[in-house]
Amino acid sequence: MEISSDREYIYDAAELDRHEGQVIEKLKASSRKSIPDPDAWLDEDIKRNIVLTSLDWVLNWARRSSLWTAVCYPACCGMEWMATLAPRFDASRFGMEIMRASPRQADLLITAGTLTWKMAPNVKRIYDQMPEPKWVIAMGACGISGGIFRSGYNVVPGYNKIIPVDVYVPGCPPRPEALIYGIQQLQKKIAKIKAVPDLPKLPNPLKKGKK
Amino acid sequence: MTAALSAKEIVSQLSARFPGAIEEAGLDSALVKSESLPAAAEYLKTAEGLKYEYLNYITAVDYYDYFEVVYMLTSLEYNRSVTFKVRCYSRDNPSVPSLTGLYQGADWQEREVYDLMGITFEGHPNLKRIFLWEGYNGYPLRKDWNR
Repeated sequence: MEISSDREYIYDAAELDRHEGQVIEKLKASSRKSIPDPDAWLDEDIKRNIVLTSLDWVLNWARRSSLWTAVCYPACCGMEWMATLAPRFDASRFGMEIMRASPRQADLLITAGTLTWKMAPNVKRIYDQMPEPKWVIAMGACGISGGIFRSGYNVVPGYNKIIPVDVYVPGCPPRPEALIYGIQQLQKKIAKIKAVPDLPKLPNPLKKGKK
Repeated sequence: MTAALSAKEIVSQLSARFPGAIEEAGLDSALVKSESLPAAAEYLKTAEGLKYEYLNYITAVDYYDYFEVVYMLTSLEYNRSVTFKVRCYSRDNPSVPSLTGLYQGADWQEREVYDLMGITFEGHPNLKRIFLWEGYNGYPLRKDWNR
């Protein structure tokens, strides 16, 4: 968009609308297929060096024990997430209670609710602004697949169309216990991630007979 | 509880004042001709004894052969409400006069109907999509709309 100096506003409304439409259509066209779930945690323990493993362990312990959450509550699952934070269920027992108003300070995105295409670019922007490493929990039926609104004209059929999802928490909406369980599953997943890349395998000279 | 004023009464008043404005009178609603809609609505809003000053909603229905725009007004003074409708028979370019000059609340409601049903409101100051985005293909609440 070009800006001339004699305008009253930087952008005029029609231009903004057109730009927004283009952004949404572009995102919609580029998200026909689901993004595969991250599988960095699936590698076998055997490959690991002992020293590196303990370094991994410390890193992952720090990461999984301080999951800070970005704010992304497009719909009703947000209520259950608020209940999760509140004293009755008290997510702070697990070190997952700190809400961050800025996605730049967060490393967990809990997508609580139905996402419309109009909102999708903003959620993607929140995700893109989060620093690595970052994880996503798709909360509720709508977050997983679009739920009952899946065939609607304006609904994103699952968050994994626009961002990679680590843990899916089903339910409509999920109970706070289910969400806490989901976050614990994510913590287990984080514990298995290797922070340091693989070293090349060397033949072990102590083992005789085998190459 | 708000009582619905009998449509008969309204219809007789309206047709006395605007001959030929009423297309059809139902039990609980009146069908107004599209060209006499602004005058009729103004009469309903301002006339002594009616004072329908509150616009509850504007919505639209697709009946395949025609679109029907439905208005509901309430009189806070007399605690009564009335429903009236306008039909537009064109499917390619349906259009109804806007009531934004009369009721401020009509602004977004008419934009919503325009967005989802594709009915143009003549005289609306800012008629553009309100829920969907610029460049969306078609009007999703029409019966023949298909992704």
